[in-house]
Amino acid sequence: MTPHATPGATDADADATEGRVYNVAGQDWDEVIADVRDLSGSEQVVVNMGPQHPSTHGVLRLILTLEGETVTEARASIGYLHTGIEKNIEYRTWTQGTTFITRADYLMPFFNEAAYCLSAERLLGIEDKIPERAQIMRVLLLELNRISSHLGGIGPFGFELGATTIFLQGVRLRENILDLFELITGLRMNHGFFRPGGVAQDMPAGGLEAIRDFLREAPRLVHDFRTLVDANPIFIARTKGIAYLDLQACMALGVTGPMLRAAGLPWDLRKSQPCLGYESYEFDVPTVDTCDTYGRYLVRMEEIEQSLRIVEQAVDRLADRTAPNDPWMIQDKKIGWPARLSLGPDGLGPSPEHIAHIMGQSMEALIHHFKLVTEGFRVPAGQAYVPIESPKGELGCHVVSDGGTRPYRAHLRDPSFHHMQAISVLCEGGLLADVIPAIASIDPVLGGVDR
Amino acid sequence: MSEPEGPPAEDNGGLPARLGEQRLTASVVQTGMFGAEGTGDTSGYGRLQVRKPPPLSSEPPYGGYFDAVAQALGNALEPAGLGFSDAIERVVVEYGEITFHVRRERLVEVADKLLHDPALRFEIFSGVSGVHYPDEAGRELRAVYHLLSITHNRRIRLEVGAPDADPHIPSLTGVYPASNWHERETWDFFGIVFDGHPALTRIEMPDDWRGHPQRKDYPLGGIPVEYRGTKVPPPDERRSYT
Repeated sequence: MTPHATPGATDADADATEGRVYNVAGQDWDEVIADVRDLSGSEQVVVNMGPQHPSTHGVLRLILTLEGETVTEARASIGYLHTGIEKNIEYRTWTQGTTFITRADYLMPFFNEAAYCLSAERLLGIEDKIPERAQIMRVLLLELNRISSHLGGIGPFGFELGATTIFLQGVRLRENILDLFELITGLRMNHGFFRPGGVAQDMPAGGLEAIRDFLREAPRLVHDFRTLVDANPIFIARTKGIAYLDLQACMALGVTGPMLRAAGLPWDLRKSQPCLGYESYEFDVPTVDTCDTYGRYLVRMEEIEQSLRIVEQAVDRLADRTAPNDPWMIQDKKIGWPARLSLGPDGLGPSPEHIAHIMGQSMEALIHHFKLVTEGFRVPAGQAYVPIESPKGELGCHVVSDGGTRPYRAHLRDPSFHHMQAISVLCEGGLLADVIPAIASIDPVLGGVDR
Repeated sequence: MSEPEGPPAEDNGGLPARLGEQRLTASVVQTGMFGAEGTGDTSGYGRLQVRKPPPLSSEPPYGGYFDAVAQALGNALEPAGLGFSDAIERVVVEYGEITFHVRRERLVEVADKLLHDPALRFEIFSGVSGVHYPDEAGRELRAVYHLLSITHNRRIRLEVGAPDADPHIPSLTGVYPASNWHERETWDFFGIVFDGHPALTRIEMPDDWRGHPQRKDYPLGGIPVEYRGTKVPPPDERRSYT
């Protein structure tokens, strides 16, 4: 590997220290090939791939050393999407934190929020006091999000292999889920819907029916997708035996999630260390033992089917809860957000009943509202780490409180960041073309990697 | 309950130690009752001083599987000539999670035992999270490690402190290869130098960036924004209640 160029060095300096540098930016390939052919002696070419490469799931930069078409060294360079989410959270209240954390891995916003809120709730000591309705809604949204995240990984993966049909089939089903998100939370992504203490709103009118409609339709769409892809000879040729990572390597690299389950270990935090009441739902943990890209695809597809099962159970449970005023936010007035949202002629805002209550009836309610909204609630000092099983593996949020109203530190342990370390192991010794399936089999989202 | 330890009697002119007097040396973490600053004190609580509580330390039994982990770790450290108390400064059990505060010189040995001892087997390295406590002299910088054992279905936390003046902590890359990027991130954000790391370079910030942005003395930055005719100050200049 050549060292980085000295800042301020000219092209000639760079050539002298790093060997001949070629910029490939849309010109005639023949010129490049002719130039490279003239290189005397060495067959080794260092190729810079990214950060603006469509197959890198965001802004990931790979530095590949090639001998012919074989990758002898693969290095990943990240940081192009660093937005300082963790730093910003330290200057906001605990409730405002969800607005930031949801934007980390933007394909699984609910999981980011859940990891953060569960950790905050552990510090608050209110883990047992979260209303049942909120927990069911969280599970429901998380599992829908798991499906959309997997489809957001597999669909574009097909696109990267050159198959637009796989992409469109994946996006079609994902679109239905995003419509549900929009109906329930108001947004298709970056919801900020989970709050410490519960969720922001109740299930809207017609929400359960829309999910039921989706559940009637979804198995057929998943089946269509699998009919198209599962036994597709081109897809199999591009994925079977590619990016092999066996159980031993997974353990050494700390890999979790579908990659670990594709190596044969049925490790799923929803089963082994359940939270949110996952132990009361019926579902299986699919595994395969092929350790390759195809196996990871199969695990993800089967997880989609299992998630549909969980969503169905969660919908039934919500439908069974017919008691009036079933809370979806903790009833502790020192923590629970007081306002209820309602749709008025000028858009969504606090409900007129709540405004009438705090402005006309109760001085204490006004004080509580004012204190919670401007100052936030105080969280006892200490640290907590509550990991959950995200679509990509173990996702945890290490939160530290100094006893104040703002997180002293919130660190997201993102599975994409962790798994990107396996890139060299997955790619080296393989062909250049197999780098793309290798990245896609990790299913990284750079928003989560860089935060 | 034993008597709280006070300063020696001769420092007091022969008077007995006053209860809680040693806490007066602790730093003040909050003044007043309500956290607001910059306005006149109308509450009557303005002279209240809340001092930093002494560091938590739990005594066995820790409860749950924590005792088994501590026992196994003690047994594993003994044959190497490292007592448990020599390597672990203190143990904190809080919020149902256990934290081992490890002396930094012993970190690699402890991690090695945690990974390889059959009674421990913490196979999965769940990352490093740095924390900066500028007020805690001598151990301002912390590296917090989360470890997971799939074999025993257990989870523990290690915490290692280093002073700002000597921000060195040994690298765990030799024991857990997956700590590589996490340590680079912690170096990038906090300036903790992980000795023995194969390539400790910045990972999120640009290579030529100055400073370590997640430290508490590093400003958030930002500009005031005009909104409906009034200026909203940047987030780090808004009123804080903590």
